[in-house]
Amino acid sequence: MESTLPILILAIPLTMFLLLGIAGCKMSHKLAGFLGIAGMGTTLVLSYITALTYFFGPEFIGADGLREQVTVFNWEWLAFTENLVISLGFFLDPISAMMLIVITTISFMVHLYSLGYMEGERGFQRYYAFLSLFSFSMLGLVVATNIFQMYIFWELVGASSYLLIGFYYRLHSAVSASKKAFIVTRFADLGFLIGILVLSYYTQTFDFVKMTSDPSWVLASTGGATFMGASVLTWALVLIFTGGMGKSAMMPLHIWLPDAMEGPTPVSALIHAATMVVAGVFLVARMFPVYMMEGSATMIIVVVGAVTAFYAAMVACAQIDIKRILAFSTISQIAFMMVSLGVASEGHGEVAHHGLGYMASMFHLFTHAMFKALLFLGAGALIHAVHSNNYTAMGGLRKYMPITHWTFLIGCLAIAGIPPFSGFFSKDEILAACYAWSPFIGVWMSMVAALTAFYMFRMYYLVFWWNEPHYHHTPHDAPLSMNIPLLFLAAVSCVAGFIPFGHFVTWNRMPYDIHIELPVAISSVVVALVAIALARHMYIKENPLPAKMKAALPRLWDWCHHRFYWDELYMFITHRIIFNGICRPLAWFDRHIIDGTMDSFATVTNKASEAIRPLQSGQVQMYVWYYLIGALLLAGVTAVCVL
Amino acid sequence: MDYSQFLTMKQELGLLVVFLLVFLYDTFMPGRTQKGLPVVTTVLMLLLTVAGFCPCCLGSGSDVMAFSGMYETSPVISAIKNILNIGVVIVLLQSIRWANSDAMAMRRGEFYELLLVTLFGMYLMISSRHFLMFIIGLESASLPLAAMTALNKGSQESHEAAGKYILTAVFSSAIFMMGLSFVYGLTGSLYFSNIYVAIASEMNMMLVCAVAFVIAGIGFKLSLVPFHLWTADVYQGAPTSVTSYLSVISKGATAFAFMAVMAQVFGTVYSRVWEWMLYALIILTITVGNLFAIRQRNMKRFLAFSSISQAGYIMLGIIAYNTMGVAAMMYYILVYIFSNLAAFGVIGAIENATGRVSMDDYRGLYKTNPRLSFAMMLAMFSLAGIPPFAGFFSKFFIFTGALNQGSVAIYVLVLIALINTIVSLYYYLLVVKAMFISEDDCVIPTFRSAFSERLGLWITVAGIIFLGLVSCIYSGLLTLTADSALSLFFA
Repeated sequence: MESTLPILILAIPLTMFLLLGIAGCKMSHKLAGFLGIAGMGTTLVLSYITALTYFFGPEFIGADGLREQVTVFNWEWLAFTENLVISLGFFLDPISAMMLIVITTISFMVHLYSLGYMEGERGFQRYYAFLSLFSFSMLGLVVATNIFQMYIFWELVGASSYLLIGFYYRLHSAVSASKKAFIVTRFADLGFLIGILVLSYYTQTFDFVKMTSDPSWVLASTGGATFMGASVLTWALVLIFTGGMGKSAMMPLHIWLPDAMEGPTPVSALIHAATMVVAGVFLVARMFPVYMMEGSATMIIVVVGAVTAFYAAMVACAQIDIKRILAFSTISQIAFMMVSLGVASEGHGEVAHHGLGYMASMFHLFTHAMFKALLFLGAGALIHAVHSNNYTAMGGLRKYMPITHWTFLIGCLAIAGIPPFSGFFSKDEILAACYAWSPFIGVWMSMVAALTAFYMFRMYYLVFWWNEPHYHHTPHDAPLSMNIPLLFLAAVSCVAGFIPFGHFVTWNRMPYDIHIELPVAISSVVVALVAIALARHMYIKENPLPAKMKAALPRLWDWCHHRFYWDELYMFITHRIIFNGICRPLAWFDRHIIDGTMDSFATVTNKASEAIRPLQSGQVQMYVWYYLIGALLLAGVTAVCVL
Repeated sequence: MDYSQFLTMKQELGLLVVFLLVFLYDTFMPGRTQKGLPVVTTVLMLLLTVAGFCPCCLGSGSDVMAFSGMYETSPVISAIKNILNIGVVIVLLQSIRWANSDAMAMRRGEFYELLLVTLFGMYLMISSRHFLMFIIGLESASLPLAAMTALNKGSQESHEAAGKYILTAVFSSAIFMMGLSFVYGLTGSLYFSNIYVAIASEMNMMLVCAVAFVIAGIGFKLSLVPFHLWTADVYQGAPTSVTSYLSVISKGATAFAFMAVMAQVFGTVYSRVWEWMLYALIILTITVGNLFAIRQRNMKRFLAFSSISQAGYIMLGIIAYNTMGVAAMMYYILVYIFSNLAAFGVIGAIENATGRVSMDDYRGLYKTNPRLSFAMMLAMFSLAGIPPFAGFFSKFFIFTGALNQGSVAIYVLVLIALINTIVSLYYYLLVVKAMFISEDDCVIPTFRSAFSERLGLWITVAGIIFLGLVSCIYSGLLTLTADSALSLFFA
């Protein structure tokens, strides 16, 4: 494949970032916005061309019927040893091609949407510059040829997320949210880095192709080494997964994502719903053949995913802020993808059920990105209209905002898994994979799916039906630039389910026919419909039922509403235990011992500097003397020593 | 005699042509076109630099000897000459405004002609494989510099500096020649290759003195401690363009020539004689350079001492005594050229506009001249070796190269060098602090520097940012040196 297009895919967003970042303050808002959109639009077109050529080009199907993996280019950047080389390249395989489509589509929609949403905001150009930086980093992440390149872009993604969450840096809450997101994900990334180092120490490579094409070799290269009772490979994989847990907000590292909603809503749609937060899923998918080798690692993934999915769904039922509801729903849905990846493996290098879980996970990633971005952008339109994040300030909005209403409804139906919307198809595959792996996990995830339908329609009815509060000015639909993305994403959510996804993305790149598992499909649709009916019964118009429920289960409501007190737990651990028990003594050590040593070092240096000053007398005779003495000493001392 | 041998000297001949064109332009062009001379020289030099990268100039990719083994050229040698050429172009670019000032009206040509002559000398020094030719190169790279130092005719300091320079230079040449006479006495030859073989079995006082004096003679040009005392006075007194030329080009060329001499002449007595000499000199150079740099307030003097300690780091590439060390040294020189010229570019721009050169004058510069401050900051960061700027990578590679030598002593040496980087960080940051944090009543007012100065700064800043990230440069040098005949000496 020609490398011009791929280079441009990365270069255009980067250039846009530099251009808008450096010269943005001299541009008008309009120009900056249009430049950003034009840049992203070009990237979108190029990515589509690249991805579609890859998916439909016969030259990419190998002789054995497998879709080939293509390293378009790979520049050696830093060589540690002969084998251990950090390269920067462009890797094309089914999942990276799919991600190219997802990222550029959502990013372009968000660019377009922001034109209306962010209109007149202070730092509008900066906003577009950061969006471009984010797009660049995310694209670089998915096309990474080796795990270290991925790590570099992984951090860049984290940094741009930090910048965008803290976009309203005059708000205290935004600043602390961005800090929290950065610290929590950085903390997780430490695990990621250690994992990379452990893995590469044994395998002597960073390269994905090398690692995934022959995972049994990876297992062999560790030579059966163990650490604290678990094999080294398990440690490495679990540590790498920790990085993924941080980015994808898995329990217990999920605490940053709800707070990240302090950023502008389009940013939440792009970064904290559709693209960056699925990086963890992408990472596990990228390393899937290696994860497959270690049953304990995939077991951990399944357990973490299943617990997180249920937890987040419970919490989402008791939130007031619509963006928080969507945030927890995102956590829950990503957990679905994680579980699905986990259940694609039997452990010990065996793939479960033809790798159905892998395909389902990627399919859900794709459909979820579309409908969750739609929901977030819809929420943005709502917030734009009523100037509040809380559903208590909304109600009866279906009359005033018909476009938002219908598109939002489509999003809700998609996420609830009602056919023929896209979420039904992908979720059905996930549930089928879960049931095939273990009936317990299957039932558990069905329950989460029911909760999903319930909390989404709870929000839907509370926002668009319920009873109407007093509006200061009549809410209305958003301007065209904001409606186009809504309509487009809604259309995608209607039809995306019919994509024969198995033909494009499978774990071993062998095309595979999706078929609906009727028992699973029917039962999950019935369960979802019951949940929706319940939500409708409770929330379609003002009635005392929700309050009664709350009064009947006060403890449960409190715990869910306060997110099971995770933040408080973290506060306690960091402030009470870590700050007092570790940081204080360290600070003392730093102030007295380290500073003292450094100070005395500085004093000695200064004294020495003062003492040798006369050497530089300015007299040329002395210069020559010193020169001569130096040369003679050099000869003399050496002669004494060696002769 | 086979005159086709001259064709092996393509780069020297090219430089000669440039020199002649400049000379003719200076002599015959009418007075009003004289102001074009700096630009013409820069463009010619740029063409020479570009030509240096052409395949025809790079030669067949192997080593070629000419003039009965007196002259050698190889891809590595072409590479170092190209690196120097790049530096010279930047120096010339930065000097345009100064050369076109009224004070220089009568001496414009001299500056360029003398500069090109010294560069020619450096080329010879790098390429020569016979000590007579080496001395011709060394002297023609040395004596004209005294005249260049004195170009500021109105300034007492300039004269004093030139006087000091010529006196110490002559003295050091005498010592150097004495060392050579010992060598000749021992071996009966001045060919590098003959000496290399002949001294392998020698081990006496005469050899030790010879090596020590040769090191002292070349160490003078590199300003290794204790042969460095002229440096600060000359750097301060000379015009800024001459100082920047002295500190990067002259130093880079001499460092490479030094490496060639130590490896190709005294290579057989590396561990017996000069390894320990260099240990001592490196430690002294880095430490004393740093200790002096801490106290300087005059920016040119400050950079003089900083360049002394940088020379110590460059020497690590020689003591490493392997091809990786050579590659790292060449890379270090390249990066050092960009970093130091960025610093000198800023100093020159400010001096040309306001005449101020003290670090105290730089207080609050960020408020009035943010771009210059930014360039200066990057230069300081790069010189101090802060990632991700080029200086970090060059230090990293040169330390790695040195550590590859493997002895315990080298670990100690690198440790000392590392500690010294902390000291150097302090004084480099002093400049940054003065510009960005300190406040002052009489801040240098906002001014617009000349286009050539800005262009020079853009190039150097781009170099500082990208040289470290574009990894193919270092890996290219690495393969170049590993494949060269030089590698035989390190076996």
